[in-house]
Amino acid sequence: MEWFKKVRLGLKPQKKREIPDGLWTKCESCGEIIYKKELEKNLSVCPQCGYHFRISSQDYIGIILDERRLEEHDADLQPQDPLNFRDSKKYPDRVKAAQKKTNLKEAAITGLGQIDQIPVSFTILDFRFIGGSMGSVVGEKVARSIERAIHRKLPLVIVSASGGARMQEGILSLMQMAKTSALLGVLGDHSLPYISVLTNPTTAGVMASFASLGDIVIAEPKALLGFAGPRVIKQTIGEDLPPGFQTSEFFLEHGFVDIVTPRSQLKRTIALCLRHLL
Amino acid sequence: MAKFVLDFEKPIVELEKKIEDMKEFSSSSNIELSSEIAILEKKLGKLQKEIYSRLTRWQRVQLARHPDRPYSLDYIKLMAEDFVELHGDRLFGDDKAIIGGLARFSGRSCMFIGHQKGRGTKENLFRNFGMPHPEGYRKALRLMQMAAKFKKPIIILVDTPGAYPGIGAEERGQAEAIARNLREMSKLPVPVIISIVGEGASGGALGIGVGDVVLMMENSWYSVISPEGCAAILWRDRAQAPQAAEALKVASADLRDLGVIDKIVPEPLGGAHRDPPQAARILKAEISRELNKLVKLSPEVLIKRRLEKLRAMGVFSE
Repeated sequence: MEWFKKVRLGLKPQKKREIPDGLWTKCESCGEIIYKKELEKNLSVCPQCGYHFRISSQDYIGIILDERRLEEHDADLQPQDPLNFRDSKKYPDRVKAAQKKTNLKEAAITGLGQIDQIPVSFTILDFRFIGGSMGSVVGEKVARSIERAIHRKLPLVIVSASGGARMQEGILSLMQMAKTSALLGVLGDHSLPYISVLTNPTTAGVMASFASLGDIVIAEPKALLGFAGPRVIKQTIGEDLPPGFQTSEFFLEHGFVDIVTPRSQLKRTIALCLRHLL
Repeated sequence: MAKFVLDFEKPIVELEKKIEDMKEFSSSSNIELSSEIAILEKKLGKLQKEIYSRLTRWQRVQLARHPDRPYSLDYIKLMAEDFVELHGDRLFGDDKAIIGGLARFSGRSCMFIGHQKGRGTKENLFRNFGMPHPEGYRKALRLMQMAAKFKKPIIILVDTPGAYPGIGAEERGQAEAIARNLREMSKLPVPVIISIVGEGASGGALGIGVGDVVLMMENSWYSVISPEGCAAILWRDRAQAPQAAEALKVASADLRDLGVIDKIVPEPLGGAHRDPPQAARILKAEISRELNKLVKLSPEVLIKRRLEKLRAMGVFSE
């Protein structure tokens, strides 16, 4: 009865593919093994499935601003510890660790630059710095970039990547939402355009303030966006979330994003919008 | 009505019961117990002072959530007359977790807006536990802009465990609704007085919380995130909420020290739920005082001052 014998055709334990460290990387979405240099050339977008890898603020500056150049302002703003906050770590230690890891002083970098020869007031958040969270410094840098736009009569471009308000600065972080949103009201009174670019992820306190208030809101494909985190929603409603929930495409469909554009077209799209509005 | 008693309230409630029983016994049996009662009452006063003078932040959070605590509609009923409730955002629906309408307050017609919790399971489900959807924030904005159009001051009562985290809320733009309110409230050309009367959870509270003056009731809390939410993220355990409440500094005195609120509104001894009419009288007096000052200011001055106050928020070095 040889033919009744179960023949296993499934996966055989294979010898682990040797991936030389630093040369190759695996796509977080489709699993494709990609040559790192090729990935970089493709602006960290998977050539196989179009997945947008998370990139640093420096990378975005390179992609969006002319000559990869930002004239940085307010670079010396540093967080304090108004609450004397401590969880598993003291807040100042957390900040120091983030500064060491990222070589940045805070989660926001702000200044002046040009996009396709259009001068802009520009701010970018870096998710690697405590989840791009907004405390007093991020709020202040965003506020000053809005004021810079007003004083110099420039359009404003903010690229967001953030988990929301920074818990370790408590209520003062929440107040940054009101501060930045109120100043955007003043910017609007001056008829200066504001383009908000949403990257993966932009949620909670940042999404519920300046990131949602762009005259034009542009998102990268498949970025996680929203007010509440998916885990919290799942716990609250006690059921699985529909596929594609809280992606850029979901918010485009529901009317809260104007344009979903791949990274390769980001600069061109921003410039095009600005030219129309200016 | 079954009375809800918090753990730290128990010794007080027990002693009160004892005094009550003694009084009853004394009058029914005609036995003179007044000196014994007086001793117990003195003891009660001491005990109350002892417990309530050193409440932890977490105990205040519990008081802010006390199921007998007055809610927005209770306060409106106790503080104002001729209330006409108005409904709907004119876009999608009517959110029951945020209420609003016109009422006479200190001789003036004002626009009242507030989060609304329910009492009991059925009413709480109807009110979604005071957790608004986007249409709640949009209804609030519609009413605020109506108030601006007719030059009516706006009185806002904040009491929410948070904006609702659900599928519909995301589909209809919870973040956008809150963000828009923050921007538009900063431009309202009429006085806006905010009172945190219970829970002030994060963006859900701030979404109707931008104003000229922010009052905070003694036992309310206001924070960037709920103690439970913070504990779940930073301690990976919701049960660490008391610790998170301490770390986040959520109490009224903390917020006054940080310069985020203007004034603490005292509550009756033991909390607003022990004497709602008295709590409402104190709150009304404070709101009236602020309102009388604000109505003298021009719209330009109001907006300028409001913006300057917001602009100054934050602590950093440079």
